[in-house]
Amino acid sequence: MGYSPNTPDDIRDMLAAIGAASVEELFAPIPAQLRAKSFDLPPGMSELELMRLMREKAASCGAGITPFIGGGIYDHFIPAAVDHLASRAEFYTAYTPYQPECAQGTLQALYEYQTTICRLTGLEASNASLYDGGTAVAEAALMSLRITDRHKVILDGSVNPLHREIVTGYLHGLSAQAVQVASDGCASDLARLIASIDDETAAVIVQSPNFFGSVQDFRELAQKAHDHEALLIVSCYPIAMGLVASPGEMGADIAVGEGQSLGNHLSFGGPYFGFIATRKRFIRNLPGRIVGETVDHQGRRGFVLTLQAREQHIKRHKATSNICSNQSLCALRGLIFCASLGRKGFEELARLNYDKAQYARSVLGAVRGVEVLNAGATFNEFTLSLPKDAAEVVQRLLDKGVAAGVPLGQYYPGMERALVVTVTEKRTRDEIDRLAALLEEALWS
Amino acid sequence: MELIFEKSVSGRTGVRVPLSDVPKAAPLPGELRRGEPVRLPEVGELDLVRHYTNLSRRNFSVDTNFYPLGSCTMKYNTKVTENAGGLFASCHPMLALLPGGDQLVQGPLAIVYELERQLAEITGMEEVTTQPLAGAHGEMTGIMVIAAYHKARGDRKRKYVIVPDSSHGTNPASAAMAGYEIVTVPTAPYGDMDLDLFRQAMNDEVAAVMLTCPNTLGLFNPHIAEICAIAHEGGALTYYDGANLNAILGKVRPGDVGFDVIHVNLHKTFGTPHGGGGPGSGPVGVRGDLVRFLPTPRVLRREDGSYAVEDHPEGIGRVSDFFGNFAIMARAYAYITLLGREGLIEVSEQAVLNANYMMARLKEEYEIPFDQTCMHECVFSASRQVQNGVHAIDVAKYLIDRGFHPPTVYFPLNVKEAIMIEPTETESKQTMDAFIEVMLEAARLAREDPERLHQAPVTTPVGRLDETRAARMQQVCCE
Repeated sequence: MGYSPNTPDDIRDMLAAIGAASVEELFAPIPAQLRAKSFDLPPGMSELELMRLMREKAASCGAGITPFIGGGIYDHFIPAAVDHLASRAEFYTAYTPYQPECAQGTLQALYEYQTTICRLTGLEASNASLYDGGTAVAEAALMSLRITDRHKVILDGSVNPLHREIVTGYLHGLSAQAVQVASDGCASDLARLIASIDDETAAVIVQSPNFFGSVQDFRELAQKAHDHEALLIVSCYPIAMGLVASPGEMGADIAVGEGQSLGNHLSFGGPYFGFIATRKRFIRNLPGRIVGETVDHQGRRGFVLTLQAREQHIKRHKATSNICSNQSLCALRGLIFCASLGRKGFEELARLNYDKAQYARSVLGAVRGVEVLNAGATFNEFTLSLPKDAAEVVQRLLDKGVAAGVPLGQYYPGMERALVVTVTEKRTRDEIDRLAALLEEALWS
Repeated sequence: MELIFEKSVSGRTGVRVPLSDVPKAAPLPGELRRGEPVRLPEVGELDLVRHYTNLSRRNFSVDTNFYPLGSCTMKYNTKVTENAGGLFASCHPMLALLPGGDQLVQGPLAIVYELERQLAEITGMEEVTTQPLAGAHGEMTGIMVIAAYHKARGDRKRKYVIVPDSSHGTNPASAAMAGYEIVTVPTAPYGDMDLDLFRQAMNDEVAAVMLTCPNTLGLFNPHIAEICAIAHEGGALTYYDGANLNAILGKVRPGDVGFDVIHVNLHKTFGTPHGGGGPGSGPVGVRGDLVRFLPTPRVLRREDGSYAVEDHPEGIGRVSDFFGNFAIMARAYAYITLLGREGLIEVSEQAVLNANYMMARLKEEYEIPFDQTCMHECVFSASRQVQNGVHAIDVAKYLIDRGFHPPTVYFPLNVKEAIMIEPTETESKQTMDAFIEVMLEAARLAREDPERLHQAPVTTPVGRLDETRAARMQQVCCE
């Protein structure tokens, strides 16, 4: 079935206006030898049949599993207002706001989003979103190369390994160099990071809380980077910003992160959004779209896409990035999520994540033979050392309906017995206690 | 309208955070603690709902207005595919990467696999990856694959990518991000990349040629196979920008024509909503000998019919964290399944019919730079109106007052005062007729009362906005 509303009469009238005998005649510019050799797809179906098929697929998508897994993506609650408001067709079925007078809804919302990101990160200028957390780290790395006109970035080993892989891929063709500095257990090796900085360094990239869940103080690192006129890039977890010192407070020049935990569904990998914020002096080096405030001829406040001279549709191959579509609707969800919770609620939510994870850290750390590997503070994730191979334990617990954590062996050779456990506000005390009991059982019986 | 931050009242709360069922933990050490709470707005839930509902009403959208934004393909998004895409909301992607976890997510893995097969058949390519998160992201991924191909052959001298001057700006930007220098070839009087100039630009330092066909002028290039052959003779690969794929579904497959790499914009051709600027989704397809360079991981089907996630050691690595914008992919999969073979062919036929009807009706008043049968979009120039001091932007703003989203203006760059119209296949003749009447009216006003057009829009919450001031002030967040 198709969705074209034209009747046979409409089609006849339109062909007459064009002066064509048939619709097929309109495809005459395509030489016969270029016609499709095959188009082997099944016939269409009804809505009823389609939903039956899709429900069948959705039945096998992790239902009934209690997740203690993160890896940059988190199972947080989403206030009902987020789905309802973001589903408004006027937001949902609009395009990029190229004509500002008929897109003030999207534009103002993105301006409010930018403000929210600035306040979360403690920085002064944000764009209107990037694709996801991993590409955001890569865009920040590219931004540092442009700002400093240097070709080396230092990549801390406790940054999400999936993100590091994206960064090295992005840098590969540009003859820029990513120097990886191994972490020290579950923390950034600050001394080695500092020792790696030289006058060729564009930026040092760290993550807080890092892939192991550890939270660290980066103030000295920022200072040392700045001494060499290099930048500090901090990838941060936005929910933690309710409690943990922001990248801005730590002295970062660029903050990035994955926005999924702000009101976006897990959805098996997307859509999510990446955020990026920086100091105002670097605003012209920000990739992607930026919304700015201005006025109309009567002095009424309005919003437009601004600083477009940096962008691909004007600068083409000299643009700050190739980003055209970003993740506006996901950013809108992030904004509504933050506004729903507000100043007090956001802090309480961060606190709740912290408390639950601290409880889990103590209960799981007390299981026979299990040790907590993080020496210092953690937020809602922490790393356990198990007396057995973590991948085997995780697989065993999946059969009991629990995703116990992310085993580290596949990302950190030598850490085959380590497991990163994630606890959000959605995990109950009973679920945490059950995980402890299942872990004990998996290890010792 | 006031900002949500300006509606904030100290002490007011909206959504309640759940009570804790665990003991309060010892606080973080002082130096790791945030100095002051995040200055988020303090509003009640009803304040919040009214604020964003009222904001939404300041937008034009496909569900409320005709949106003939050329090159953007703003077709109607079927509602059932929305429902289908939402079914996977609670599925954590990390499950697929856990040992044994792929068994728990067979449904979504099947969708990734089957969508890749569908897109391979539709485009005539061997294999597809769904990982890229937008069209431009797909372009960059495709060029990275091309770079990996040349490198694997030890062919290190290729440092240029050729694009026509009418190309989407993302093409040169994406190629530059992948490390290439750009060579731009002008458009010939017949409306396509000048074949002779292209021949001259080709040499053994060219890595790839990036094209879209139909091109951004809405024209199908009859020399397209020849361009591919010339590129291949010179050892370069050919890249097909699939942004305009909705014009040729079932009619032409880029793979059959001789293209080596393609990206597809799911949000355009396969009708997923674009949310005010995204999300998009930009799967990339490649010919057989490039499959090994696709990003990792890949979803494969085992002999027993189950699906597995596998690393792809020779690939270019990851370009996004997981499997792409999955909920968007699920909508596109549902759309392709819903329409089926005949429905997709009808998409192209009706999109092309509507665009040619639009062109036929408007060409008396608006200049057509290349007067040929067009594909799914047509490009005019407001050059006649300029004689009365009326520019493309004035026509665009007048359309807003009459309830229509304007077409794309000032693109492609090689047409002065460009007005690019793409009706899409989901619009009726009656809707187009109403739009055509207003376009003709604007042309009349340009002759008789140009000031009316200069003052537009007058029906919107704000009038024409001072973009220069915005760029100078750089006010991008509220203090």
